[in-house]
Formats: sequence, C-alpha cells, structure tokens
Amino acid sequence: MSTTEATPGLALAEEAAPPERRAGADWVAHAVLILGVVLFALPLWIVLMGSTHDAATIGRGETPLLPGSEAAANYAAAWSRGTTGVPVGRMLWNSTVMAFCIAAGKIAISILSAYAVVFFRFPGRRLAFWAIFLTLMLPVEVRIFPTFKVVSDLGLVNTFPGLIIPIVASATATLLFRQFFLTIPDEFVEAAKMDGAGPLRFFRDVVLPLSRTNIAALFVILFVYGWNQYLWPLLVATSDEVETVVIGMVKMIGSESNTDWSLVMTTCVLALLPPVAVVLLMQRWFVKGLTETEK
Amino acid sequence: MATLELSGIRKSFGPVGVLHGVDLSVADGEMIVIVGASGCGKSTLLRIVAGLETPSTGRVRIAGRDVTALEPADRDIAMVFQNYALYPHMSVAQNMGYGLKIRGLPRAEIDRRVREAAELLALGPLLDRRPRQLSGGQRQRVAMGRAIVREPKLFLFDEPLSNLDAKLRVQMRAEIRRLQRRLGVTSLFVTHDQVEAMTLGDRLVVMHQGHAAQVATPMEIFERPADTYVAGFIGSPAMNFLAGTLVEGGHAVALQAGPVLRFADGPRPGPEEMPLTIGIRPEHLRPDPGGLPLALDLVEPLGSETVLHGRLPDGEALVVKLSGPGPREGVLPVSLPPAALHVFAAEGGKRLDPVA
Repeated sequence: MSTTEATPGLALAEEAAPPERRAGADWVAHAVLILGVVLFALPLWIVLMGSTHDAATIGRGETPLLPGSEAAANYAAAWSRGTTGVPVGRMLWNSTVMAFCIAAGKIAISILSAYAVVFFRFPGRRLAFWAIFLTLMLPVEVRIFPTFKVVSDLGLVNTFPGLIIPIVASATATLLFRQFFLTIPDEFVEAAKMDGAGPLRFFRDVVLPLSRTNIAALFVILFVYGWNQYLWPLLVATSDEVETVVIGMVKMIGSESNTDWSLVMTTCVLALLPPVAVVLLMQRWFVKGLTETEK
Repeated sequence: MATLELSGIRKSFGPVGVLHGVDLSVADGEMIVIVGASGCGKSTLLRIVAGLETPSTGRVRIAGRDVTALEPADRDIAMVFQNYALYPHMSVAQNMGYGLKIRGLPRAEIDRRVREAAELLALGPLLDRRPRQLSGGQRQRVAMGRAIVREPKLFLFDEPLSNLDAKLRVQMRAEIRRLQRRLGVTSLFVTHDQVEAMTLGDRLVVMHQGHAAQVATPMEIFERPADTYVAGFIGSPAMNFLAGTLVEGGHAVALQAGPVLRFADGPRPGPEEMPLTIGIRPEHLRPDPGGLPLALDLVEPLGSETVLHGRLPDGEALVVKLSGPGPREGVLPVSLPPAALHVFAAEGGKRLDPVA
C-alpha cells in the first residue's frame, strides 16, 4: 500500500530525466527486445512457412519466409499419411495419451507420497524422504538399461503401459508438494482431528482443494515434459502402434535426399499445437499456482 | 455440559518434562482459565484434554467417562484455535458445518444449527463468505461458531484472542464470557494475558514450570497468592518483593531496608530470624513523610495514575502506583501499610499465613 503512495515521487523523477537520454534508452531497449523476438520466433516462423510450400521448394535449398500455396495439401497429407506410413494424427494421439498419463500419474503418485511424508509419523519417514530426494539427482539415462530390461521382461515393450509406467514416478513433484504441504498450518490438521476427519477425508476435503493451483501448474509442466520424452520412447516404442510424434519426426528425417521437408515441417507445427493448447488453457491456474498460495 | 477431571497428568517430550503432575477438577458449566508464562505447559495441558497429545501418565475424565485413550473426535469437545484454523477454501457456513457433516448429521439439521449459531454470533450475512474476506474479529466469531454448532460437552480455547488488536480483544473477551454464561458449557481457556485471565475465569489455574502453582478464584489469587511466582505474575505493575527476617516471636518482620513492621493479622509460624520475602502491591504503598526514602529513577505518568520506579537506601527496587499525578523526580518517602503485606518464606517462596 505504501508503494502506491510513493509513485508520485517516482513519476517526478522520470519527468526530470533528460528526454534525449530517455529516447536513447528506449531505442536500446527496443533493439534488445526485437533481437530477442527474432531469435525466438524466427525458427518457428520458418517452420510455419515451410509447412505451406511444396517439397520441391525446400528441396532446392530455399528458405521461404512468406506463405506458400500448399498449406491445405501438406496438412491433409501429414495428418492422414505422414511420410513413413504412420499418420501424424495417430502419432499425435499416442503422444497425447502418453503425456496425459505421465502428467496425471506423476501428480497422483507424488501428491500421495508427499502427503505420507509430511502428515504421518512412521518409522523410516526421513529415510523415505531422502530416498525420494536422492533420485532427483539421477537422470533417466542412468537407469535406462535396467529399466528397459525390466519392461521387456514384463512384456511391456511397444505398449502404452511400458511407455508410461517407468516415467511416472517423480521426485521433483513429490518435493514440490512436500514443500507446499509444509506450509499448511498444523492447526488445520488438528482442527480436522477435532472435527473427526480421518486422514483420507482430510486429504480429500482440505489438502486436495488447497493444492488445486499447484496441481494445475505441475500438470502443465509435466504434460510438456511427457510430450517431449525422446530417449525412452525411442527404446521402447518401436512399433507404429505406439509411435509418438517426437519419434515419428525423427524417423521422417531419413537421408538428406529423400526427406520430404515440407511434411516434416508440417508435422513440427502439428506437434507444437497440443502443448501450446494445454499451456493456454491452464495459463490462469498455472500462473496462480506459481505465484500465490490461497491462505 | 459436563464436569472435567484431570488426575496426575504428567507429560514429557523425550527427556524434557513439561507437566509434572497436574490435578484439576472442573465443575459443570464452570469457566477455568489456565494462565502462565510461555513454556509453563499450559498449552500442552489443553492439548492433552483435547486429545491432540497423550499424557505420559494420568487420566482425563469428561462427565465421569475416562477419555484418556479416545481420539479427539470421540471426546465430544470443541476447540477454538489461536489462528482460528478456518479452512480457506470453504465458506463460513461450510467451515462451521464441517464437523457435523463428517458426523453424518442430516443436511437440514446442520443447516439449522449453523443458522442458530450464526444468529447468536451475528454472522448471518457472512455465511457465504470465505474466511479471507473476513476481519480478524469475524474470523474469531466463525471459529467460535464452529465450536458452538457441535454442542459439545466441553469448550477448549487456545489463546484465541492473541491475534486481535487491543480494542477488539477487549470486546471479544466480553463476548466470549457472555456467550459461555449463556450456553453454560464447561470451558477451559488458555492465555498468557493476566487481564484476560482475571476477567474471564470463574477460577484460574496459574501454571508455573509444569505445576499448577495455584487454583482459585481470581480475587483469591489476587488477594492471597500461594507463592511468590503467582504473586508476581498476577497484578500489574507486578508486586514488589523485599527481603526481611522473622522477629518478635513471629509477630513482626525486620526488613532489610530498615524498619520493623508488625503483622496486622497475627503471628507467622517459624523460628526467629527465619528469612522472609515480603510482598506488597505497588498500589498499596502510601506516600508518607515519615516513611522510607525512595530515590526515583523513572516516572511513568499514565493520566489516571502514575507509576514510580525507584530504589530504597539498601538498593532494593520498588515500584509505587499512585492515583492521579505524582512527583516527577527526587526522593519520595513511602510507608508500607502492614495490612497490605504478603508474607512468603524466602526459601521456596510459599505463602505464610498467620497462625490461628
């Protein structure tokens, strides 16, 4: 509140600054910003434009910066056929199922384990927490071969469960939920005890509603994480049935000569859409979850 | 409505003993205030009654039933927390009715009770609001409402007023007292504030280092404190303590500061020359030209009264409270009216009453 009172003074200071200097600073600021926009947006723009030209244009080594006329044909072709015989529509579906299950599974498992670690006193509680915490430091790649062995022994290669289950545990999400749960006052727990709410009831009626925004934020992050999975699907999803769009794209880029670049770019654009949609849809909750706590 | 009985309650957290055997018997409809400095074990005692802690030894009986081993929810009690502990995602009505909902009461019954409590607490228009849209005093009332709708045998209050500003605290204090009288529910109220304790309680329990130093009515505690701790804790400014020895066969005290004062109410037991601690409340000291010279070092004018801090010739500190304005500096001669003296044994600090 006191900061709003201070603004008149700030405004005065700004007016007092020499106008030339301000114009110069503005110009530099704009130049930096424009450079940033170009750096970030240009590749996207090239892909978007590339997806509207026929294969020959890009094959000649041109980099079109303006829309072409083949957009409809490219998107229809990619959606229904792809270039490797797997329709991109199918790949997108596979990716969506995988990303959704990974995000939902990670949240379900980590919120429950964080709940156990924070709200219950049991022998080995600290050990459990540290065991979870330590796995944060191990990247997926470290355990990828033993994991593959287990999945293949279970006969889960080329199935959705095989694709999803090994990735579903999340130390990061557990840690985040734990940190959030630690901010829930003990008095809530005690009030719930007085009210006669058991642990599951307390979880459902108090902890879950309070975690809503955190869940939304994590869902966005984990969905994108799941969508971008590369190494694990590359190993375990070799059949067309479960091919994800990320793997599909890599397969499309065969040798330099017979790659249909316009369709690759079309696939790129299609592969961008679902994560973008998730971010946009959940943006409001996402920002809330990262910035505020409802207390 | 019920009686509460605590017998031999002890509690230690690991090697640290917090409660060293507390006995207390609360009559039906009585309001007991547990007061003490922080760390004296008063909150632990309340939490043991609530069932949020289990005593190391001892029994808790509510309405004659031993509840020591029962869960909080099965004890038929309600608690008002210091930070109110209102669920932020529930409306006022949902907060108040949550316990009833879990108990599986029919909706209509929950509605009726919530509405009644809301009317009692003037919360009617706020039932659909969220806790964060309420002021401190309103939240406090919702927390009370949540306790009331349960229609419990026992109310427990854990410093419920300490988060309110001074003016609201006075107002809510009176409100709680009125409500408790009206509902007639047996209550335990924990506070560190002696004014709250004096005004709210039918009886006080003054806790000191895990013991109940004294259990008595507020006026009895003020007039006949059981030991020097209670004497110094209740009353503001705090009681003065002066060193002395028992003389004249127990009929008088020779103060270290000089004068020999004869007890107004009879002789004290004990050998000649026994060390004593003499207590006298600041408001009982009288300015008297023939009295002890008090060298003033701080004067606090409070308008209706003046608090004077000074030192006696032997170096002992003394606080005097005068009604109306007083001197600003210099030396004030004061006398100690024998009728206002409290006599304690110097060793152990226990009160010494006259031999009948």
